[in-house]
Amino acid sequence: MSREPAGLDAAIVLRRPEFTLDLAFAVAPGEVLAVLGPNGAGKSTLLGVLSGLLRPDAGHVRLGDRLVTDVAAGVHVPPHERGVGMLAQQGLLFPHLTALANVAFGPRARGVPRTDADAAARRWLIEVDAAELAERKPSELSGGQAQRVALARALAPEPALLLLDEPLASLDVDAAPALRSLLRRVMRGSKQSKVLVTHDALDALVLADRVMVLSGGRIVENGPTREVLTRPRSSFTARIAGLDLIPGTAVDGGLKTADGMLISGRQSEQLADGQSAVAVFPPFAVAVFRQRPDGSPRNVVEVEVAALEPHGDTVRLRAAALPAGPGWVDGLAADVTPAAVADLAIEPGMRMWYAVKATEVAIHPAAR
Amino acid sequence: MNRPAVLARRARDRHQISVGLPTLIWLPAAIGFALIVLPVAGLGLKTDWPRLPELIFSESALDALRLSMITSSISTVLCILFGGPIAVILARSRIGGLRLLRALVLLPLVLPPVVGGLALLFLLGRTGLVGRGIETAFGFTIPFTTAAVVLAQTFVAMPFLVVSLEGALRTAGQRYEAVAATLGASPMHAFRRVTVPLVLPGLASGAVLAFARCIGEFGATIAFAGSLQGTTRTLPLLVYLEREADVDAAVALSLLLVVVAVVVIAVARPRFVEGQT
Repeated sequence: MSREPAGLDAAIVLRRPEFTLDLAFAVAPGEVLAVLGPNGAGKSTLLGVLSGLLRPDAGHVRLGDRLVTDVAAGVHVPPHERGVGMLAQQGLLFPHLTALANVAFGPRARGVPRTDADAAARRWLIEVDAAELAERKPSELSGGQAQRVALARALAPEPALLLLDEPLASLDVDAAPALRSLLRRVMRGSKQSKVLVTHDALDALVLADRVMVLSGGRIVENGPTREVLTRPRSSFTARIAGLDLIPGTAVDGGLKTADGMLISGRQSEQLADGQSAVAVFPPFAVAVFRQRPDGSPRNVVEVEVAALEPHGDTVRLRAAALPAGPGWVDGLAADVTPAAVADLAIEPGMRMWYAVKATEVAIHPAAR
Repeated sequence: MNRPAVLARRARDRHQISVGLPTLIWLPAAIGFALIVLPVAGLGLKTDWPRLPELIFSESALDALRLSMITSSISTVLCILFGGPIAVILARSRIGGLRLLRALVLLPLVLPPVVGGLALLFLLGRTGLVGRGIETAFGFTIPFTTAAVVLAQTFVAMPFLVVSLEGALRTAGQRYEAVAATLGASPMHAFRRVTVPLVLPGLASGAVLAFARCIGEFGATIAFAGSLQGTTRTLPLLVYLEREADVDAAVALSLLLVVVAVVVIAVARPRFVEGQT
């Protein structure tokens, strides 16, 4: 059953012994919202409420003009009548059915005749590059293959809202990048609203238009992905994000910032020149110098130290842009040892040089 | 790799040493094993092998065997039809009082079967609460008929199916059913296409256990159905009857029951034998 693209509008209160989920947000048709947060922040509870498996204590969930949950009015549409699809962490393919039958399950459940459902399932398997897996049982699939089939299965009923619950978390490091770029391709082409729960800032960066950060059941930050991740307004979000990001466009051998500086790095997948992209590196990969360094690191930029934050047994420096320098420097983090802080006598307001080796920099496609 | 294969491989790995196995455990285990095996082996020694075919293929024995097989099969089907839904409710429902319900369902497991038979007789007998109504309305009575044998067997065997299937349902969990729901499957569709296929092994081992219990059923049957050749005299009843008249016949028939039991265990393996429901 195909539905008109429908946005999501939700206001939810659900009390648990450990925390209270209390939040309100909206997702536009076609938009991808990433929900970031530590374990116990309420991410899974949120997905349970949206899919209809959990009944909130108060609030509502609206899909387009359909009210699927309204506690005050006593409305609770059961999960199978909502049109809310779910891609779980472990895929959860039905073990007794072939890949094709798994994908055809949704259409069949809605009364589509078998031959039509199978034809639709084959189309969806092609869509996720898994056509050759059609006759296999889930036990004969690798983690990445199973997750691709599970994605096709979640999309086949054409849900108005697609929930993705840490879809890459259980994959090994070799399989995750391929599925991430597949998700990116498939999700961009669809008009349904999507909510992606993840604890990996990279997933949010590559896949999501907007990021919502949860802590203890509440929203601590909500905004465009790059803005939230590059300029975290709370130390909490900064800790979650935990990555340095530089936006720009892909060029051979790296990324070019808006002001024309070349950031050398390795591309995570083949990117077209001029494609919107983002350079990502961990703060611990940044070395800091008082004078412009003259050595192997390819990426060197002058910054002003805005703040020093304790971060485990290291100190995280936060950079601010120089008055005449590029704006993307704002918020870049560098992790150094307390000894280095003492030796270099680093303090807020000082000018320093950040240096990062090209091998530490990954260039990813950006969501928009 | 599936779990039985992993278990089998672990058992065969000669590099692995046993842990959690005190040497002293072997002694009581050996006594227990002897207690189970020696009587059965003794049956073989006591058997009058030359007369065996004649004893087993006597008319009364064949009648009893046929009756036992037919009634046990029907009872097993009834256990699945009525016990299956009970197991699903016990495993999935969120209503209150489930623990009490489960305790009641397990009652026949701990009740002496002959008490169960008497209870059935008092309920469904000619003067019983329901039996009187049935006789007035339909003009027949249940006690001392083949139907009574089936009811008695179903009564005592039902808990075996319920326990086994509820365990399988709990092990399978509700994750797949939740996925089915998000794919648009109604509860009935999800039940037929997801739940049932997933617990089929557990259902099968439960059915085999129930069948075995039906074959061996004695107390409730003799109390509720009596012992009429061809109608209610199942194999265990015949064995009991023959033990005074013709010991050799009783031994031969006992051997037949042992064979049936061994076949049942062979069929049910490896699931409940290896703790896999």
